[in-house]
Amino acid sequence: MELTSNAPAGPIEKSWETHKFGLKLVNPANKRKHKIIVVGSGLAGGAAAASLGELGYNVHCFCFQDSPRRAHSIAAQGGINAAKNYHNDGDSVYRLFYDTVKGGDFRSREANVYRLAQVSVNIIDQCVAQGVPFAREYGGLLDNRSFGGAQVSRTFYARGQTGQQLLLGAYQALERQIGLGAVKMYPRTEMLDVIVSDGKARGIVTRSLTDGKVDVHFGDAVVLATGGYGNVYYLSTNAKGCNATAIWRAYKRGALLANPCYTQIHPTCIPVAGDYQSKLTLMSESLRNDGRIWVPQQPGDKRNPASIPEGERDYYLERRYPSFGNLVPRDIASRAAKAECDAGHGVGPTGLGVYLDFSDAIKRLGKHKIAERYGNLFEMYDRITGENPYEVPMRIYPAIHYTMGGLWVDYNLMSTIPGLFVLGEANFSDHGANRLGASALMQGLADGYFIIPYTIGNYLANTKSETYSEDAPAAKDAVANVTAITQKLLNANGKRTVDSYHRELGKIVWEYCGMARNAAGLKKAIGMIDELREDFWKNVRVLGANEEFNQSLEKAGRVADFFELGELMCLDALNRNESCGGHFREEYQTPEGEALRDDANFSYVAAWGFQGQGRPPSLTKEPLAFNYVKPSQRSYK
Amino acid sequence: MSATANLPLDELRFWETSVGKKAVMAVTGVLLFGFVIAHLLGNLQIFESPEKINHYAETLRSVPVLLWGARITLLISVCLHIWASFALWRLQRAARPIPYVKKSNTHSTYASRTMMWSGPIVLAFVIYHLLHFTFGVVHPGGPFDKHNVYNNVVYGFQFWPVSLFYIVAMIMLCYHLYHGLWSMFQTLGFSHPVYTPWLQRLAKVAAILIAAGNISIPVAVLAGFIKPV
Amino acid sequence: MKLTLHVWRQKNAQDRGRMFRYEVPGVNEHMSFLEMLDVLNERLIEKGEDPIAFDHDCREGICGMCGMMINGKAHGGFKGTTVCQLHMRHFKDGDELYLEPWRAAAFPVIKDLAVNRSSFDRIIAAGGFISVPTGSAPDGNAIPVRKLDADLAMDAAACIGCGACVAACPNSAAALFVGAKISHLAHLPQGQPERDRRALAMIRQMNREGFANCSNIGECEAACPKEIKLEVIAQSNADYIKAAFTERPETAIGGAG
Repeated sequence: MELTSNAPAGPIEKSWETHKFGLKLVNPANKRKHKIIVVGSGLAGGAAAASLGELGYNVHCFCFQDSPRRAHSIAAQGGINAAKNYHNDGDSVYRLFYDTVKGGDFRSREANVYRLAQVSVNIIDQCVAQGVPFAREYGGLLDNRSFGGAQVSRTFYARGQTGQQLLLGAYQALERQIGLGAVKMYPRTEMLDVIVSDGKARGIVTRSLTDGKVDVHFGDAVVLATGGYGNVYYLSTNAKGCNATAIWRAYKRGALLANPCYTQIHPTCIPVAGDYQSKLTLMSESLRNDGRIWVPQQPGDKRNPASIPEGERDYYLERRYPSFGNLVPRDIASRAAKAECDAGHGVGPTGLGVYLDFSDAIKRLGKHKIAERYGNLFEMYDRITGENPYEVPMRIYPAIHYTMGGLWVDYNLMSTIPGLFVLGEANFSDHGANRLGASALMQGLADGYFIIPYTIGNYLANTKSETYSEDAPAAKDAVANVTAITQKLLNANGKRTVDSYHRELGKIVWEYCGMARNAAGLKKAIGMIDELREDFWKNVRVLGANEEFNQSLEKAGRVADFFELGELMCLDALNRNESCGGHFREEYQTPEGEALRDDANFSYVAAWGFQGQGRPPSLTKEPLAFNYVKPSQRSYK
Repeated sequence: MSATANLPLDELRFWETSVGKKAVMAVTGVLLFGFVIAHLLGNLQIFESPEKINHYAETLRSVPVLLWGARITLLISVCLHIWASFALWRLQRAARPIPYVKKSNTHSTYASRTMMWSGPIVLAFVIYHLLHFTFGVVHPGGPFDKHNVYNNVVYGFQFWPVSLFYIVAMIMLCYHLYHGLWSMFQTLGFSHPVYTPWLQRLAKVAAILIAAGNISIPVAVLAGFIKPV
Repeated sequence: MKLTLHVWRQKNAQDRGRMFRYEVPGVNEHMSFLEMLDVLNERLIEKGEDPIAFDHDCREGICGMCGMMINGKAHGGFKGTTVCQLHMRHFKDGDELYLEPWRAAAFPVIKDLAVNRSSFDRIIAAGGFISVPTGSAPDGNAIPVRKLDADLAMDAAACIGCGACVAACPNSAAALFVGAKISHLAHLPQGQPERDRRALAMIRQMNREGFANCSNIGECEAACPKEIKLEVIAQSNADYIKAAFTERPETAIGGAG
């Protein structure tokens, strides 16, 4: 199989414009006749469903939560990037493009990233017009901050709740279309399979989470915007419900899955407190602007942090990266924390934590100023840990936060199954091997508002609309598949709960395919996951029936897919014999312990294809060309 | 057809919505509050002299247009106030068909949660009060003389169960006014982080003063400060 | 620590439901409330009993999916805290806790502690938006917004739609939820063209959904995990009253051009 990105040739500045003009349009009178299925209602899905509804398509939108407003995009705190250059500090579309390609450690597709930077400016305009209450200056203009180590102020924010406000903007636009009858919404409905007929995506099979009813929904195109797969790790900053089932079942129907080993670890999360822990809470990266990260020099030093004298503290980021200090990118800060803890310097009851200390900043700026900047975060930390960060240093530890990998898509955001489009975190697209802060919101909204409305029209205009009945073999097959999985889970009738399996799987993947990986560990992990998965199908206990609100059953289906995806992540990590971005192979590092890329051999997208249960997946490579930003070694020293 | 055309707003007239009904309550509440103040000021003349209050009563009756105008306005206000509160009460009942096994209301005032109790008690009081002093049909304790308001009041309150009922009713009125008075501003759309707390304090003071003023009359009678002439 | 829970169990919307008693030993003070329920559920599953259904998702206090009454207080009644961020250190050994779902006709129970809050979505669909088709927006800085207005809009926009205001309100009113959206958009210049329509449409829809009236009691404000103020209700009342009295028939005449 040959992968063609469909990215236009010619100067990159013009490529999106040229491409858009080349796209076929759907006659306004015919739009209503095209039914589009959108799965997921976060920034990407919500924006897509609303925009497509506005255009006049017959849109059906699905989400597993009780309302489209709950999608996990809502939890993003920091902000959204846009190359507005409102601050006259030298920002430009080209610079945002450059930073994103470099930040992604040269593993993304240049044309996609350039387009992302271009439409970033439209996103801000759109959101302002929707009533998103972005922070303002006294003059009434939009405020910006610099974020995640960027050299320019291009991050727009709405207090610490940017994701929430952007999502509510998209949600309100979506609800408007629902009210107008342009979009039909199916909350508490989970997509469990894609219907592929004659090689094209023709619909989905869903299960109602309230009564278990399995339904077939046909459509002329299917859009997946179902988020990332960070919950493979069990403990992550994702919402409990975040899952990979939609993309995984699409993978099993023939869509290629790209770069699953690219996972992002966020350095500033609240450490794990105990076995019962169900999720990890992120503290905004902005804390690193004023907080200093340190550990005791003496391994195993259990003294109270206040009584450890200055001379016995190791401000290891400032020591190792004098020019960026505490503001090094996420992957570097995370690995450094892990290295300190592995060497026995970790703090807190579990030894898995480092201090993030604000005492210097409080001395310099005053408590009032710090409260003004981070008050909400300090309160949240106090609420969760019962410790007051104004008085004792915060304890932080890295946690899985975002997954750059996902279903492979071309420049039109279409997967290898024609008619199946993938948006937002669910696709592999724009972030390469590492995502920069405040870029996830940008990508989700770019895909949903400004890209899919153009590219899906081209597909629909070129494809004959067909009517199907539920008796179509592809539909019957998909329904049978869904029913079989459910029955298998319910009939296992074993001893262990779904959560206990998930927790164990998470520990394996975190240990061997987390912040640092090596070949031996990855091989071991594949074996362990295999074994655990077999045990799962024999020994899992899912009570109740399909025909009811059954949260254990929901979870069981998702965990079953996490097993398989976790294995593919390890396989991909094993295949990629280099270190890049969020993927750090211990065998491939510089003498100083930094990631060592191998551009000669691995400058490609690894797209995996399902070859049947129990058979190794196929690997297809999409070579990456860098015509504008020349690959270089990232350096933050 | 473009899907961006807006749907027409459907019809639910102003008073058919809960906010509309609350506005009706607030506006009628203002009128009733005004009446309570005026009524109190009139009544307090009893402390000056019997002639003064009897003359005041006579003056009111001498301008039937004003008197009846006021009475009709008040009657309409009371009816609307009751109608709205009853309609809202039914709405509230329907809005929570299954009650909580445990419910803790800690942040609201007692006055605010008991409007549906203080209201009917005050109403019962008003009815009795009319029968007692306006029509004189239920007037235990002494003879009723339409032209001697002073004596009617004194005889009326010398009968202690009546006085007690009046005092209890005035405490209810105090609660009712305390919440009603500041809440009226909120209902009609005025709220301010600086002024609203002051309004609440003002409402409390006004409610207490009104109740205290009203209660002072039966207390003065029972204590023997005011005697029949 | 050891807790005794009384939990509302109801198999589905048709079931009558009743309180069940559970003993939960071995509760760690660092657990979140939902983690405590996770532990109880794991034990129930191991015993072959149906686990307690409750809604939750982000577990960081922002998605608005979780929520239940704990001893008659929405989300447990701690300032600015959703139940997912409530930690067990606030409770002590031997405590008896009553867990009930949000109670309102407009929030029918789906199972146990999970309720259906689609009525909130329908209120937003009726008018809680600014009509701005994708791609038609002017530059973000074209219309300056007074900082104070942007801040007040943000205060109101912080609503997570969890429904605690309805649950805590003795009247089951949705005034705080509706007021928050009306106030958010009313504070912004972009929200002005539809301001009247929005207030009329949302409040009418609120009534159709069966939410009762606000009587300015203030329980909602105290229960709101995002600390939204009663002021937003005054704002929506003002907007509604003004809009209702100035409403006039639309003048647009249809037909092709």
